[in-house]
Amino acid sequence: MSLPDYGFYILCGTAVILLAAQAVTHPTQFFQVFIFGLTQGAIYALVALGYTMVYGIIELINFAHGDVFTLGAYIGTTLLGFFAITEGTFTAINLIALIIVFPVVMLIMGGINITIERVAYRPLRNAPRLAPLITAIGMSFFLEGVMFLWRGPATVHFPDILPTQSWYVAGVFFGVRDIFVVVVGAVLVSLLAVFINQTKLGKAMRATAQDRDAAQLMGIDINRTIAATFFIGALLAGAGGIIWGLYYNTIYYQLGFRSGLIAFTAAVFGGIGNIPGAAIGGLVIGLTAAFSDSYIGSKWTQVVIFGILIGVLVFRPTGLLGMRVPEK
Amino acid sequence: MALLELEGVDAFYGRIQALRGVTIKVERGEVVALIGSNGAGKTTTLRTISGLMHPNSGTVTFDGQDITRTRPSRIVELGISQSPEGRRLFPRMSVLDNLFMGAYSRNDKPGITSDMARVFQLFPRLQERRTQIAGTLSGGEQQMLAMGRALMAKPKVLMLDEPSLGLAPILQETIFSIVREINAQGTTVMLVEQNANKALEVANRGYVLESGVIVQTGSGRELLASEEVQKAYLGM
Ligand SMILES: Nc1ncnc2c1ncn2[C@@H]1O[C@H](COP(=O)(O)OP(=O)(O)OP(=O)(O)O)[C@@H](O)[C@H]1O
Ligand SMILES: [Mg+2]
Repeated sequence: MSLPDYGFYILCGTAVILLAAQAVTHPTQFFQVFIFGLTQGAIYALVALGYTMVYGIIELINFAHGDVFTLGAYIGTTLLGFFAITEGTFTAINLIALIIVFPVVMLIMGGINITIERVAYRPLRNAPRLAPLITAIGMSFFLEGVMFLWRGPATVHFPDILPTQSWYVAGVFFGVRDIFVVVVGAVLVSLLAVFINQTKLGKAMRATAQDRDAAQLMGIDINRTIAATFFIGALLAGAGGIIWGLYYNTIYYQLGFRSGLIAFTAAVFGGIGNIPGAAIGGLVIGLTAAFSDSYIGSKWTQVVIFGILIGVLVFRPTGLLGMRVPEK
Repeated sequence: MALLELEGVDAFYGRIQALRGVTIKVERGEVVALIGSNGAGKTTTLRTISGLMHPNSGTVTFDGQDITRTRPSRIVELGISQSPEGRRLFPRMSVLDNLFMGAYSRNDKPGITSDMARVFQLFPRLQERRTQIAGTLSGGEQQMLAMGRALMAKPKVLMLDEPSLGLAPILQETIFSIVREINAQGTTVMLVEQNANKALEVANRGYVLESGVIVQTGSGRELLASEEVQKAYLGM
């Protein structure tokens, strides 16, 4: 272990000890913040997975990914508008609308992201790395521009159609929407884990990420596995966008810029390219943001998050989990 | 007609020409050795056959079919697989998953299962290590896995790029005797080696590549006896 490694562990350890002290002295507040952090973390995890999977397979930081997340929310609110939903309570139609809109938005986003890869990134696959990176930034502006033109610069309402029940347990307040966010996040991440580890296409995606030429020599069509990676990343980001909308009921066209950077930080924290790392990183960053909001002050949260991003990039570029086996 | 045939193949890396009019024939059931020193173009030849790169001129024919511009995944389906230079395993996948990836182009479950058994019979070591992560295998085990993985495609032609490189002499013996065994079971083999002596002993025929040009060809025995080959590659 090198010096920066010790620094990393000392910092993480100190943070954990300080939080544990809070948990003991003010448990109610601690768990209240914890629940909020968990919901944030679930959303960031869904978005971070897309960053990490794409980076893992083509070494591209897909700056447009945060905007795919936002566009999912925009399309979600539009589609929900076609249903006779009732806001503020939970009706059978709300349920039906949710059951239909979730998969439809996910699939639409998957299709859009495949198209983005096809037109914006694939032609540059053998170009110097900077070229697709710049294209990704351009694609991010493009998607934000589309949302701006479509719904304007102001915030857009996202229907409030989840059940409104909530409870106090030992002084800690939480509602159905908190449970909903965490459960949907956990289910999607578990499905992804099964897909990646158990299915032929999932394994082929991992193989392509680990050695593209070798994957081709196995008969794997890498255009297909790369497209599948963008598709799946967008399924998760689209779901994340709807969940965000259902939770906050407000979205705006630049939402993906900030949350995208935070989710990217989560991916880097977990070790960019590392799938379990992104899920864990999402939770850690969500919790960090929540704790920072209430213990340090919300105006410092961005500083804390991006401080983590810089710290990890400088001192531990392989992230929390790192790569346990040499790359080649 | 030969099973695999390269005819006047020119290949480039950017503006650097790596192959110049390479013509190679591989008959069904043969072991053909391709020998040559560092940078001669041996790996380039295999990459061209596998479709990872395409020749600027010349043709590659397999089983009567022109595969000069065919994509790599299709070439594997048609029946050419390779164990590449440097093994190129999937380092963070298990031995079993690496083998399954080798069978990616196939859908015949029973056939895959029986070929898996065959690979484990050729390389009992892999069976012992089947759940181990490939990146943590020893060099010899990695070479066995690379060969086993290529066999899982059930190839008509198996191409091996320097399978003995970096292995202890006793392990080299094992690898070459397994090459013989694979060939005896009916698979045509194209063997790229710097270890010319061993390769030519195993091979029916051989080609000598120098700076991208085929400079000599003949039976394994002829090449072993040839003065030029002895001087250049056998250190005699
Ligand atoms: N990616 C590349 N870019 C540019 N030139 C390359 C590249 N790969 C190989 N070459 C050049 O092409 C020529 C043939 O290389 P090749 O790898 O086919 O040789 P080789 O016979 O396999 O050598 P070795 O025994 O060292 O593996 C060499 O001059 C090499 O420098
Ligand atoms: Mg070589």
